[in-house]
Amino acid sequence: MFYREAGQFKTSYAADQAIFPILQDRLFVIAVLAVAYLVIPFISTPYFLVTIMIPSLIFCIAALGLNVLTGYAGQLSLGTGGFMAVGAYATFKMTTMFPELNIVIVFLLSGVFAAAVGVLFGLPSLRIKGFYLAVATLAAQFFLIWLFNRVGWFSNYDPSGTISMPPRDVFGIRVVGSGAAPEVRYLMVLTLVVVFCLLVKNLVRSRMGRTWMAVRDMDIAAEIIGIRLMWAKLSAFAISSYLCGVAGGLYFAVYLRTVETIAFDVVLSFVVLFMIIVGGLGSVLGSILGAFFITAIPVILTRAPHDLGIPISVDMAQHLEVIIFGSLIIFFLIVEPHGLARLWQIAKEKLRRWPFPY
Amino acid sequence: MQVLFDFLIGPFFQIFEAPIFFVEVVIGGMAAGIMYALVAIGFAVIFKASGIVNFAQGAMVLFAGLTLVGFLQMGAPLWLALIATVVVMVALAYAVERVVLGPLVNQPLIVLFMATIGLSFVIEGFGELAWGSDVHRLDVGLPRGSFFVGDIMIDRFHLVAAGSAGALVVAIVLFMQYTKFGRALRAVADDHQAALSVGIPLRMIWVITWSIAGVIALVAGVMWGTQAGIQFSLVLIAFKALPVLILGGFNSITGAIVAGLIIGVGETVFEVYWGQMMGGATENWFAYVVAMIFLFFRPQGLFGERIIERV
Repeated sequence: MFYREAGQFKTSYAADQAIFPILQDRLFVIAVLAVAYLVIPFISTPYFLVTIMIPSLIFCIAALGLNVLTGYAGQLSLGTGGFMAVGAYATFKMTTMFPELNIVIVFLLSGVFAAAVGVLFGLPSLRIKGFYLAVATLAAQFFLIWLFNRVGWFSNYDPSGTISMPPRDVFGIRVVGSGAAPEVRYLMVLTLVVVFCLLVKNLVRSRMGRTWMAVRDMDIAAEIIGIRLMWAKLSAFAISSYLCGVAGGLYFAVYLRTVETIAFDVVLSFVVLFMIIVGGLGSVLGSILGAFFITAIPVILTRAPHDLGIPISVDMAQHLEVIIFGSLIIFFLIVEPHGLARLWQIAKEKLRRWPFPY
Repeated sequence: MQVLFDFLIGPFFQIFEAPIFFVEVVIGGMAAGIMYALVAIGFAVIFKASGIVNFAQGAMVLFAGLTLVGFLQMGAPLWLALIATVVVMVALAYAVERVVLGPLVNQPLIVLFMATIGLSFVIEGFGELAWGSDVHRLDVGLPRGSFFVGDIMIDRFHLVAAGSAGALVVAIVLFMQYTKFGRALRAVADDHQAALSVGIPLRMIWVITWSIAGVIALVAGVMWGTQAGIQFSLVLIAFKALPVLILGGFNSITGAIVAGLIIGVGETVFEVYWGQMMGGATENWFAYVVAMIFLFFRPQGLFGERIIERV
């Protein structure tokens, strides 16, 4: 009833190929964007923007990146944290070497370095797959973190290996570094997320995306119908690592601002993997939902005992938080293995038939 | 040139100049490798029977160790504490099968893998909630100290670790080959559906498999605990066991031991002779890079079953 596509006829090829062919979808997306751009920056507190919105949006990009690789191309990767670290350190090096360079361009370029590293560590995917590949990508994770930790050049010879984001302006507005308003940071990240979502959404509908999905579904069959496996797998690694690299740069420059290599350790890889599993493999919407969900849970869990007025010790709260987080993951996997995106799909079906049961 | 010399030739000079030291380094590496293998065997057992990569094995090691220490601190004698811990691990296996694996039957393997990561959080949080998060000392009376064979120093504890790993492997092999449950386990590993159709209770087999993994985790926990104390970082040894596992081949128990030795020796020798030039702490990634390069040439690992794909 609310979501009925009946009567919406497509009269041109352009209409047939639109990203959101159904009017309700278009309206929904416009409404979400309007709220994100016009409402949230004005009504929310800086605390909410900094602890939930900014990291969630940054993780949206990382989750999109991993989803391209794991959800669309079917290559399981646990090296996300390492690729994000490449982006972060590339951002730091570029902006300290060329302070005049526009910081947005720095972010976009830092992904290129991550893409190159991603292709290098994606080479084993030509020979191995599944969990063997997942463990092999852990090599990227551990080696890159070690490299950034041990080679002083990457952190400009900081004795503790810490990198800090210097302040940078875009068109006279402070966007990163000390003194940048949370609203400005939020809007910049939001814009990047919107751009990348549109790009990925289009990419997976293109020839390249179809190639990836063919490889995911059965790589031998894909090879037989003439898909170049090497090209398909390595392009997936490159684009995925590009997105992860940009996300890593933002994670460092916009969210944390001062970073040690430990921020990019293997836990980060698992967190991003959780996002796409809980959100939904092979779905752009899923990446976004998963990123928000997994980022928000720990914040809520940490605040919940305090807000509810339950007196428990910090130590105990921490253990409980870990247990609840783990249980929630298992619970979600059992209830809906296809993720939040699938729940959204079901909700749309229900809306279409409402008020009839079927 | 100097760099090349230092890197390619220098270390070998050092080896030839002090062969005794080299042998000791190798023995130390083998000891470390046995410890990795102890954890990797736990992975291999579960993978063989159910195709699940159980990321929670590291957390199980921590949990088993914490439980044992907890019982010992309550004043139980060692044999009672050991039996009680085994009972707890079996109960854990049962609970895991009921709550996590049962509802997830027939899901893609990546979902099961993620579930075991969630499980790892739960077990770890639960263990620390129940027994506290400090570093616990564990002393079950294993021999310490060292003796000399010729000029070479050998640690008694390493011999015990090697012995128990060997005993464990023999016990597992005997169990697999000569008992009814072992035969059922091998049938399940071969083909789930065929096993079900001849009347093998799949769920019970999984409980047994996870119980065996739990007992292996206990042995590993005792060894690691004696060496370094029971502490949170035990969860992370899962990351040490994974490259051992893929180098050996996921479903091979012999492979786990051999690969454990290779990686233990390799990373120790590399760290001692080459690591200093590269800034140290190379053992963080050495195992992974070796495994990655090796798999590039032999995708199934050292002893893994040949991967045959049909369309």
